Amino acid sequence: MSSPLLQLRDVEHGYGQRLVLRVPELAVYPGEIFAVVGPSGAGKSTLLRLMNFLEKPLQGQIFYQNQAWTPASLPIEARRQMTSVFQQPLLLSTSVANNVAYGLRVRGQRPGKTAILQALETVRLAHLAQQHAHTLSSGEAQRVSLARALVLHPDILFLDEPTANLDPGNVKLIESSIRHTNRHEHCTVVMVTHNVWQARRLAHRVALLYEGEIIEVAPTADFFEHPQDARTRAFLSGDLVY
Amino acid sequence: MNAFLDGFLQALRLILTLDANLIEVVQLSLWVSGTALFISALLGLPAGIFLGLKEFTGKRLLMVLIYTGMGLPPVVVGLTIYILLSRQGPLGSWGWLFTPKAMILTQIILSLPLIIGFTATAIAAAPAALPMQLRSLGATRRQIVLTLLYEARAGVMAALIAGFGAIISEVGSVMIVGGNIEHKTRVLTSAIVLETRKGNFALAIALGIILLSITFSANWLLLHLQGRLEQRQ
Repeated sequence: MSSPLLQLRDVEHGYGQRLVLRVPELAVYPGEIFAVVGPSGAGKSTLLRLMNFLEKPLQGQIFYQNQAWTPASLPIEARRQMTSVFQQPLLLSTSVANNVAYGLRVRGQRPGKTAILQALETVRLAHLAQQHAHTLSSGEAQRVSLARALVLHPDILFLDEPTANLDPGNVKLIESSIRHTNRHEHCTVVMVTHNVWQARRLAHRVALLYEGEIIEVAPTADFFEHPQDARTRAFLSGDLVY
Repeated sequence: MNAFLDGFLQALRLILTLDANLIEVVQLSLWVSGTALFISALLGLPAGIFLGLKEFTGKRLLMVLIYTGMGLPPVVVGLTIYILLSRQGPLGSWGWLFTPKAMILTQIILSLPLIIGFTATAIAAAPAALPMQLRSLGATRRQIVLTLLYEARAGVMAALIAGFGAIISEVGSVMIVGGNIEHKTRVLTSAIVLETRKGNFALAIALGIILLSITFSANWLLLHLQGRLEQRQ
């Protein structure tokens, strides 16, 4: 296996007196779709924010391309090689096209109409380009949020529950876009989800995060068919109480 | 009723003949309140953004103080500044008393809490995770602040309108620290008080109509600017 694109070592994070994450070792490899599954409150979103250098861990180091960085020290060029799609779309109060263009504009690029429409077409929303973002349904908004990230052609794409509360049609469309980006643009994808079926459909490797700790990491087939830890088995069978 | 009609006609006459005294008073009013608003915006917008975004010990107390400042009685501010700037006061050496500078200073104190308070509230109303989302899209700190300011534009415009409205129409403090000196510190509001005391109700009403027209125009301009910003999108 090639050297990791992202790596966490002895990372601990918490809020106030409460420790919410303890990860001695975790690696993400270039070109893979890596899914972190776990019950609500396990620390999945916190883990994603740390990996995207949006928060600084209380302890430990996070490596990107074999060098340790913090949110403050990570050069802007490196930061702009990665982006996140949050569970809440958080669109700006402007048109759909302007939302998709935002990341390009802050990079000093003049976003071409074709690039914007292409990104929107990936999520089948090119026809809504001129519509105000606040008039969209939640499924459409989530798809625009994904298009806003895809137009940047990131090296790493972080997805936080990308299809939570969406109907099956939108779920299928978003999953198809994620798969397409990974395969054709060689974009590394890190996603957190409580939907084990989605992880199974999309990911190359899967990790279980439970009560802030990584319980098990394995290739998708092994994770689902031969889970090593009792908690993984319990989670997959729906017996893990949360 | 005649006084109102006379006042309206006189206002028209003063405006149409470009009365020199009126122009001077209007110019000084706009200069004093415009400068005060500009400085307040320069200080208040960043302070409001900071308060809207950051959590820190003592923030609640600070916000209570700012909200209290939004209702500061102008005469109390005028009196305080008068004492500070008077010859025996700690700032007496500045020589600002009975000058437009003193009037600007009092108006800054009156409008600053309004601009900070409204801006902080507008910024805080944006989703808490938005700065993080913008950062993840590659925005720098400056770009994040500008985007948040843009997202909160309605609240920011309200802050500027409230700040301007509070000072252009204020009379207590400018009378105290300005002294209503002809050709020097006489502004529209203090001129209205003077003309009323002299019994020149028509002229006082004329000045009042002009003051209202200026306030209306300024607010229209700000709202028009907001509309243009919307259209650009």
